[in-house]
Amino acid sequence: MAETTVDDAFVEFERVQKSYDGETLVVKDLNLKMPRGEFLTMLGPSGSGKTTCLMMLAGFETATHGDIRLGGTSINNIPPHKRGIGMVFQNYALFPHMTIAENLSFPLEVRKMGKSEREQKVQRALDMVEMGSFGGRRPAQLSGGQQQRVALARALVFEPELVLMDEPLGALDKQLREKMQFEITDLAHRLGITTVYVTHDQTEALTMSDRVAVFDDGRIQQLAAPDQLYEEPENSFVAQFIGENNTLEGTVKEINNGLALVELDDGELIDCKPINVSQPGERTRVSIRPERIEYNKDRLREGVHTLKAEVLEFIYMGDIFRTRLRVAGKDEFIIKTRNAPDQQRLQPGQQIEIGWLPEDCRALDA
Amino acid sequence: MTDTTQSGPMLAADGTPLKRSLARALRMQKIRALMLIAPLLLFVLLTFIFPILDMLFRSVENQIVSSTMPRTVAALQDWDSESGEGPGEEVYQSIYFDLFVAAEAKEHTKLGTRLNYEQTGVSSLFRTSGRRLDDIGEEFQDVIEDVAPALKDGATWYEIMNGTGGEAVAEAAKERFGRLTDERARGDLGYVPSADIAQMLPHTTDAYADFATFTTFEDGDSVAEEDPWEAVYAALALDLRDPDTRAAVAAYSGPGAEHLQAVAAAQEQLPDFTFKDALVDADKDWGNTETLRTIQMYAPNYTSGYFLNSVDLMKSPDGVQARPENQQIYITLFTRTLIMSLVITGSCILLGYPVAWILANLPMRTANMLMILVLLPFWTSLLVRTSAWKVMLQQQGVINDVLVWLGLVADDSRLVMINNQFGTIVAMTHILLPFMILPMYSVMQTIPPSYLRAAKSLGATNWTAFWRVYFPQSVPGIGAGSILVFILAIGYYITPEIVGGTKGVFISNRIAYHISSSLNWGLAAALGTILLVVVLILYWAYDKIVGIDNVKLG
Ligand SMILES: Nc1ncnc2c1ncn2[C@@H]1O[C@H](COP(=O)(O)OP(=O)(O)OP(=O)(O)O)[C@@H](O)[C@H]1O
Ligand SMILES: [Mg+2]
Repeated sequence: MAETTVDDAFVEFERVQKSYDGETLVVKDLNLKMPRGEFLTMLGPSGSGKTTCLMMLAGFETATHGDIRLGGTSINNIPPHKRGIGMVFQNYALFPHMTIAENLSFPLEVRKMGKSEREQKVQRALDMVEMGSFGGRRPAQLSGGQQQRVALARALVFEPELVLMDEPLGALDKQLREKMQFEITDLAHRLGITTVYVTHDQTEALTMSDRVAVFDDGRIQQLAAPDQLYEEPENSFVAQFIGENNTLEGTVKEINNGLALVELDDGELIDCKPINVSQPGERTRVSIRPERIEYNKDRLREGVHTLKAEVLEFIYMGDIFRTRLRVAGKDEFIIKTRNAPDQQRLQPGQQIEIGWLPEDCRALDA
Repeated sequence: MTDTTQSGPMLAADGTPLKRSLARALRMQKIRALMLIAPLLLFVLLTFIFPILDMLFRSVENQIVSSTMPRTVAALQDWDSESGEGPGEEVYQSIYFDLFVAAEAKEHTKLGTRLNYEQTGVSSLFRTSGRRLDDIGEEFQDVIEDVAPALKDGATWYEIMNGTGGEAVAEAAKERFGRLTDERARGDLGYVPSADIAQMLPHTTDAYADFATFTTFEDGDSVAEEDPWEAVYAALALDLRDPDTRAAVAAYSGPGAEHLQAVAAAQEQLPDFTFKDALVDADKDWGNTETLRTIQMYAPNYTSGYFLNSVDLMKSPDGVQARPENQQIYITLFTRTLIMSLVITGSCILLGYPVAWILANLPMRTANMLMILVLLPFWTSLLVRTSAWKVMLQQQGVINDVLVWLGLVADDSRLVMINNQFGTIVAMTHILLPFMILPMYSVMQTIPPSYLRAAKSLGATNWTAFWRVYFPQSVPGIGAGSILVFILAIGYYITPEIVGGTKGVFISNRIAYHISSSLNWGLAAALGTILLVVVLILYWAYDKIVGIDNVKLG
């Protein structure tokens, strides 16, 4: 879906593979197209090959197979310094022996820019990240968040069209991280820069990106906009990885009219939307978001299959209630309800019936 | 909790002020820590600090003249060496008695050697005159024993000389003995100079007290049973040359007065030559005022002579002046040592940097393998390595053979690569290289590769990224390595000794020569002290220019 909308891709990976040791593939068959100006996040568990992809794009690793194109031309044989890609490293990599201003001036100097122009651009870049008065300091004299901004300013000061960031906020505390998340996206959109952002924090990925590429096992498991990714995961890895999720296992009984009837392992029947299943008899893993589950009989649609559940635990979390249930023999079934005036608070031990809209219940691969 | 509410000093739980109980707790810790390092501290103190202090002291210490010839030094004080006249008879008398004692203690040759550093010939002067001292005394002894046969016997002498009230004279002799032999004169002398005799016959009493001290403390014999030295007879004759003394002797009535009176009566028969003549007769150099001027110049307990010598200067009656051209070697040696150490350090940097860089950028396993190769030379003896260079570099050696075989060098004009500065530089660079590579490697290891990547992503070429980003961060390693190599090189000894020939030796080789061959420890100490100071100055300059906090070993 999303891929087909990209016609003239700015960044393009085509059938890219990468192996470090000649025995295992770290990146297996990577295909990706990014339009100009997009903010794309690579999200995935540790070791899934995100950094490797970024390094191949920046030119510090060579692809074992396949083609990487930038603005339509293959960059496989272009050395890193000629690619004109800005990069923010996880540890910032600010040069410790230079002042902040010298750090920012470095990319301009190597481009043989005049002194006055250089100073002007450095100051503008520092002002942009609100670090205007810190030019004379050394990196070691800055806090983590300040270093992060300088690193960002340095990656942007020579006005690259593409900026790569490898977990740039990993070392910051939660509050600062949220502030910086906003500042980075704001800057990127304001300057119209194409950004590839690597993180393993899914909230960060969902809040910042135009699109998110979920990595696992050297492949993109799903590439989609954040809402789509959350609401319409295409396989059980993505469903599990993004947000909280309830899963039930069972076998497809029948599929018709775009609805699948699934028989759970304890014999109960439920209605689902078939995603990765095509014929009866297939094993499936059913995924339902906790906030899409209804237990108030009045609000359940007529004719929908319901399940019996026993309340195990009720947790008051302020804005929401989080209730743990035993459903179909599993103890880890979670439902989340909004703290509304008419909302019923469940008691442990209470027996209830739960149900959901069949569209919200996705039958994925087992 | 109540503690915090009250005013005044904070109290600990048991009521003592918090500060004091903290200090007590810390003191225990400190004592424990001190006890842990005590053995090392002691070791360093004994084996390192004291020897260095001792060296510093030796470079100015010069007590040998005043302790070997105390009377002479005192007598020479009034002599004006520039008057053109030689010193008076009194000085020669002092020389005779001082030398006699020194010869008995076999210390006179040491002084001769010492003064020989300042004036050649003094050593042999002291050695020959030391042998003739007895002869001079015997000339008096023969006559005295003729006229007073009882004075052949040590017991008679003891009877005459012993008495009461002359303790001060004995003490002075004991002290002279202590300074001369570096031993303490402890215990009972068994002889108290008679005050009357001491007043009447001062030289004799002095000489006898010296004899008594030696007999008791050096030989462990009883004074009363030993025959006195020849010098005592000479001293008696000297005393009796004075008519007043002779008159006093005639009136004397103490023990053994008749023997003294017999000698006094026969005064005309005693030899009447001056001590100056006697000494000049023994060795004509005693007539040379230069000799006495040297003794006078080096009489003080501390001297700058060794240091002046170390920088090719010397003392002269006209003040400090340059040594004769053919004796000037130390300034040349110092500059050569400095320049060659710098060259060696420089070549170590040039050769070591790429190696360290490769080591730091290889995978751990390979790097460790190669590191063993770097350290491999440490497993062979230094002598073997240096000698191997001899094999390589000599005219019939491997390198010359190869060059001749390749036709690059004619057989009859083989390159001279050893026993000169080239050989020293090559061999020492090889030997000191690991000391450069190790700190560079450990510093480079701490430079994350992401800096280079960052520089490249910012548009720097490989070279710019290296030169502007990597190199500045590796400077502390170069600094540490350079300091290490330079300081090792500046004091290096074995390698220059073996492959340096005459043109390639260092100042250390000269120091070693003075320590083990010429035994001029004072000069060796002065040279060593200058070397130490030069190193400290360079270290200080390095700190000023580069900053010592800019040195890292990892
Ligand atoms: N230089 C290398 N040599 C050999 N293997 C490597 C190298 N770099 C990475 N790998 C391997 O490649 C795989 C992917 O690594 P990569 O750094 O791309 O993961 P990542 O997704 O960035 O993980 P993280 O979120 O932890 O940063 C890992 O299994 C890693 O062990
Ligand atoms: Mg990574």
